[in-house]
Amino acid sequence: MNAVFWIPLLTLFSSFFTGVFIFFLREDQKVLRTILNMLGAIIKLIFTAIIFWGTIFAGINYETRFTVIADIELLLRVDLISLMFVSLSAVLWLITTVYAIGYLERSPHRSRFFGFFSLCVTATMGVALAGNLFTFFIFYEMLTLATYPLVVHRGTRESLRAGRNYLLYTLSGGALFLAGIVWLESVAGTIEFQLGGVVAGAGIADGVLISIFILMMAGLGVKAAIVPLHSWLPQAMVAPAPVSALLHAVAVVKAGAYGIVRLVYEVYGIVFAAQLGILLPLAILAAITIIYGSLRALAQDDLKRRLAYSTVSQLSYITLGVAILGPLASIGALVHLVHQGLMKITLFFCAGNFTETLGVKRIDELDGIGRRMPWSMTAFTIGAFGMIGVPPLAGFVSKWYLSLGGLEAGMYWVPLVFVTSSVLNAMYFLPIVYRGWFRPPREDVWKELIPRGPLETKWTLLAPAIATAILSLFTGLFAGSWLSPLALAELIVLEMYVEGRE
Amino acid sequence: MSETLVWSILIPLLGAIVTFWFNPRWVAAIGLAFSLATGSFALWIAYAIGRDGRLLHELGGWGAPLGIDLYADGLSAFMLATNGLVGILISAAAYLYFEPNGDGTGHAQERRAFWPLWLFLWSALNLAYVSSDAFNLYIAVELIGLAGVALIVITGRHDAMVAAMRYLLVALLGSLSYLLGVAMLYGEFHTLDLRLMAELSAEAESSLVLWVSLALISVGLMVKTALFPLHFWLPPAHSSAAAPVSALLSALVVKATFYLLLRLWFGVFSDQMTVTFGQVFGVLATMAIIGGSVQAILQRRLKMMVAYSTVAHIGYLFLLLPLTIPFRGSDTAAWNFDGFSGGIYHLLSHALAKSAMFLAAGIVIMSMGNDRLRNLRGMAHQLPLTTFAFGLAGVSLMGLPPSGGFVAKWFMINAAIESGQWWWAIVLLVGGLLTAVYVFLVLRYAFLPVHPPHFRSPPRRLEFVALTLALLSLVIGFRAVEAFDLLEAGTPFLNAPGGSEGP
Repeated sequence: MNAVFWIPLLTLFSSFFTGVFIFFLREDQKVLRTILNMLGAIIKLIFTAIIFWGTIFAGINYETRFTVIADIELLLRVDLISLMFVSLSAVLWLITTVYAIGYLERSPHRSRFFGFFSLCVTATMGVALAGNLFTFFIFYEMLTLATYPLVVHRGTRESLRAGRNYLLYTLSGGALFLAGIVWLESVAGTIEFQLGGVVAGAGIADGVLISIFILMMAGLGVKAAIVPLHSWLPQAMVAPAPVSALLHAVAVVKAGAYGIVRLVYEVYGIVFAAQLGILLPLAILAAITIIYGSLRALAQDDLKRRLAYSTVSQLSYITLGVAILGPLASIGALVHLVHQGLMKITLFFCAGNFTETLGVKRIDELDGIGRRMPWSMTAFTIGAFGMIGVPPLAGFVSKWYLSLGGLEAGMYWVPLVFVTSSVLNAMYFLPIVYRGWFRPPREDVWKELIPRGPLETKWTLLAPAIATAILSLFTGLFAGSWLSPLALAELIVLEMYVEGRE
Repeated sequence: MSETLVWSILIPLLGAIVTFWFNPRWVAAIGLAFSLATGSFALWIAYAIGRDGRLLHELGGWGAPLGIDLYADGLSAFMLATNGLVGILISAAAYLYFEPNGDGTGHAQERRAFWPLWLFLWSALNLAYVSSDAFNLYIAVELIGLAGVALIVITGRHDAMVAAMRYLLVALLGSLSYLLGVAMLYGEFHTLDLRLMAELSAEAESSLVLWVSLALISVGLMVKTALFPLHFWLPPAHSSAAAPVSALLSALVVKATFYLLLRLWFGVFSDQMTVTFGQVFGVLATMAIIGGSVQAILQRRLKMMVAYSTVAHIGYLFLLLPLTIPFRGSDTAAWNFDGFSGGIYHLLSHALAKSAMFLAAGIVIMSMGNDRLRNLRGMAHQLPLTTFAFGLAGVSLMGLPPSGGFVAKWFMINAAIESGQWWWAIVLLVGGLLTAVYVFLVLRYAFLPVHPPHFRSPPRRLEFVALTLALLSLVIGFRAVEAFDLLEAGTPFLNAPGGSEGP
C-alpha cells in the first residue's frame, strides 16, 4: 500500500530534487551537475519502468492522494493513458539530458538552465500523472512558468520577445482554462479522470457543458498550438535546441494535446462529446490547423522555423484523431502522441547538430551536409520520412489508423486531409533530404565550430539523435509487438469502447 | 488560559520598552528575541483556539458591558497567526538588513528606532485582533497608524518624510471618522462591546443612524486600508520606507483595518449587508484591481511597482464582500463562506508574497544601488536567489498554481460562479493576468545579460529569508485544510443568516 502511494510521488519528484540542487551549484561544478542531471533522469526512468511493469503485469493501481482542502485533492494516478505519456517523457528526458549536456558545454548560466530544465520535466510528469482536473491544472501552469526561463535563456531581444508572446498566449489561455475548470466543478462536483467520461448524466444543461468545453479548449488549444492560437510556437524556437526538442516533442505542446485527450476521453467521454456535437467543430479546426501548418512550413527558409510549423501541423493529427468517434481513430490519436514525439525530437536534435557543428541554420546551407555529417543526416532522413508517413516508420502507423478511423466514422474528408498533409510534408521535407544528400557541399558557408574528430560531431550530440531515430524506426517496424506504443493504445481503446460501456 | 490574550499584547509591549532603553549594541538581538517570542506565542494561541475554540478574557473580571473584554475566535486566530509567521520572518530580515558594517558603524539610527517601534506596532496589531470593544479598537487603530508613520521615517530620507506626513494626516482623518461612527453606535446601543452590539443590532430596526455610522466607519477604515480611490497615500509611503518596513506595512498593517471592517460589517452591521452594498464594494474592488495593476505596470521603479501591486491586491480582499453576501434569493439567505474563506486566505498568501517581494526589492537596492527597472539587467545572474524569490512571490500573487494565491482564487472564482456572479470571476482572472504583466516586466529585465557596474553582494542569509517567505506562499497552496478549519473555530459572525455555522 505504501509503495503504491510513494512511487508516483517519487517518479514525479526524482527530477525536482536534483533540479533544486542544481540551482545552487556554481557554474564550474560541471561534473557534479552532470552527475545530478543523469541521476535524476535515470532514477526517473527506473521508477517509470517499475510503474510500467506494475500496472501492466501486476495490475497495481498506483495512486497518490493528498487533501488540500475539503473535497479538493491532489491526485497522482497511473492509468494506461498516463502510462503512455510518462514513459515517453521519461525516455526522452534521459536522451535530451545527454544532448543538453553536450549542447551547452561552453554556454553561460548552465546551472540555471538545468535547474529549470528539471522543473520543466517535473511539471510534464505531473501533467502526465494528474488524476483530476485540479492537479492537472496545477502542473499545467507550472509547466508554463518553468519553461519561460528556458525560452528566454539566451537573453537576446528576440528571445525576450518570444518569451513575452509565449506568456501572453499561455497565461491568457490558462486563465480561460481555469474559468472552465472551476465552472465545471461548481456544477458537476470534483472531476476525476475516468475513461468514458464523468459529466454525462449529471443533469447539466448542454449549453453550459458546451460553453465550458470551449473555455477549456481555449486553454488547451494554446499549448496544443491549434490555429489561431499557435503563433507563439514558431517564435519560441529561438530557445536553445534541447529546449525546442523537448518543447516540441514532450513538454509544452504535448501537454496541450494530452489535455485534449483527457478532456474528451475522460471528462466528457467521447460518446457523450459526440452527442453534444462538440467533436465536429474540433475536427474541422484540427484539419484547418494541419493544412495551414504544413503550408506555412513550406514557406520557411530557416530549418528550425520549418520544423516548428511542422509541429503545429503534426500536433493536430492528435486532436483530429481525438475528435473522431471510433476506436481506430482513437488508437491513431493515442499512438501519434508518442510517435510524433519521437520523430520530432529526432529532427530537432539533428537541426541542433547542424547549427552547433557547422553553424548551419538556413535550409539552403544544408547542401551536401550528408557528406560531412552522414549520421546526423541519416537520423534526420528517418525522422523526415516518418513525418511524411513512409512505411514502415512510426508516422505511417499513425496515419494509417487515423485515416481508417475517419473512414470508419463516415467522415470521408479525413483521409483526404491526411493525404494532402502527407503530400505537403513531402514537399517541405524531401527538398531538405535531397539537398543534404545529393547537392554539392557548401563548405564556403560552413563554420567548423566543432572540429571533425573520429565522429562527425560530439558524441553527446550524435548519440541522442541516433537513439531517437532508431526508436521511431522500431516503433513503426515492431508496431505489432506487445511492448509497442500501438499495443498500449489498443489496450486503452479496448477499455474505452468495450469495458467502459458497462 | 484566556489570559494568554493579555500576554499576546504585553510581550511585544515589554519588548518595545526594553529595546527602547537598552544599549544600542544589543538592541537588534534583543528585539529579535522578543519578536520570536511574540510570534511563536501568537502561533500557539492560534493553535489553541483551533483546538479548543474561542477565548474570552474579561479584563479585571468585570465583563462587558461594564468592563472591557478581550475576545478571540477563529478569524482573530488566523490574523494573529498570519502576523506571527510573517512577523518573525520580517524581523529576521530586519535584523540582517540593518546589520552594522564590518567596523560596527552604519544603520545605527535605524536599528535604534526600528525595534522599539516595530514591537510597539506588533503589540497594537495584536490588540486589534483580540479586542472586542469598539473604543479599544479605536486605540489600537490609532497606535497602529502612529507606529507605522514613525517606522517610515526612520531612514531620515526626505521623500519618506513627505510620504509619512501625508500618511499621518490620512490616518488621523480615518480614525477620526471611525471614532465618530463608533460614537453614533454607542448612542444607539449603549454599549461598546462588539458582541453585545451584534446581538442588539440583530433585533434592532434598520435606522438612519445605523447607516450613517456604517458609512463613517467604512470610509474611515477604507482610507486606512487604502481601498481605491482612497489609496493615494499608500504607494509613496510604502515605497519610501526601508525594505523591512515596507514589507510589514504592506503585508500586515493594511490588513488590520481590513479585519476590523470585516468584524464590524459581518458582526454589528449584518442587517445592512445587502446585495447592493456588496456590489458597490465589488465595483470599488474592481477599480482597485484594474487601477492598481495598471499603475504598477506603468511604474519605472521596483518598489513603487510593488507598492501599487498592494493597492491592487487590497482590491481582491474587498471582493470577498460581494462573494460572501448572497446574490440570489432574499437578503436573509445564507452567507457564502467559501468566498469569505477564499478572500481571507488571499490575505495570508499576499502577506507572505508581498513581504518577500519588498525584501527582494530591498536586496536589489542594497546590491545594485537603486531600483530603477532598467537597472535590473543581469539581476538573474548576479542575484539568482533574490530573482527566484521575486518570481515565486509573483507566482503566488498572480494566483497561479501551486500557491496560496491559487487556492484563494479558486475559492473566490468558485463562489462567484456558484452565486451566479460570473463578472467577479472575470475580474479575478483579468487581475491575475495584469499581475503577470508587471511581474514578468521585472523578470524580463532580470534576464537581460548586462552586468551592473557597481555591485555589492548582499548578505546571503537575507536572500534566504526572502526566499523562505516566497516559498511559504507557495507551500500553503498544498495544504489549506488547517487554515480553513481554523477560520471556523469559535464560530465568528454569530449573526450570519442561515444558521450560526460560521465559515
